[in-house]
Amino acid sequence: MNISNMDILKIFIPFVVMLIIIGFYYVLMTKNLIRILLGLEIITKAAILAIIVVGYVTNNMALAQSLVIIIIIIEVFVIAVAAGVIIHIYKNTGSVDVRNIRNLRG
Amino acid sequence: MSIILILLIILIVTALMVVFSSKLLIGAISLALTSIMITILMFKLNSPIAAVFELSICAGLITVIFITTISFVKPETQEELIESNKRRLKKYIYLPVLVALAGYLISVVIKPISLKLPEIIQETNIRNVLWDLRQVDLLGQAIVLLIGVFGIVVLFKEGQKK
Repeated sequence: MNISNMDILKIFIPFVVMLIIIGFYYVLMTKNLIRILLGLEIITKAAILAIIVVGYVTNNMALAQSLVIIIIIIEVFVIAVAAGVIIHIYKNTGSVDVRNIRNLRG
Repeated sequence: MSIILILLIILIVTALMVVFSSKLLIGAISLALTSIMITILMFKLNSPIAAVFELSICAGLITVIFITTISFVKPETQEELIESNKRRLKKYIYLPVLVALAGYLISVVIKPISLKLPEIIQETNIRNVLWDLRQVDLLGQAIVLLIGVFGIVVLFKEGQKK
């Protein structure tokens, strides 16, 4: 690994961790279901960025790109299904607040 | 290198905009901006195919899904918006400080590590990697797509009955 690649890793990794912290904090603190999805998206973007950077540093761009493509496609379906569930919850409870989902409460 | 640093800072700012946005719509658009920043970074890091996917799907399709979902949900009234804004500021006021501190600490702590992968994965053509080396991933992806389609169909079918 040459020095420039190490520099790239040093620059990118703190930002990736910052993105993960933002996403986790948002998911943990918010009560709105749509906002939770937005937080999950931020975490996924951090993961994608990390994979691309490590692929670049290790000179394995083809593998990194194929992994990222697979992640993106699965991410879309996760978001689509989650959005469908949220719309259903809204139709049943009249709100998108997680505190109002009490159907399974013992 | 300075351009990459500026792009990364804009990336963090747009991610913080998602958190601090009072309206969901602004949050969804900020998320699209985050995707665009990641796309530019991907182009800078020699991965154009993944960048095109990121731009068209994450900045395009996912934003559309979010906006559709938001349009189904009743918007907050002005009073609720002011109240939730106050609560949000209280909750997230320490987040930028926490993020900056974590970034600084990691940039100080991080040390050189060897990331050499086995030679067998050193394939330069993305087509060969996707269709030959990662066949199991594609199978899993197809199964997830099928489950997703079934899930969406079932969800919207029951919605129509009611």
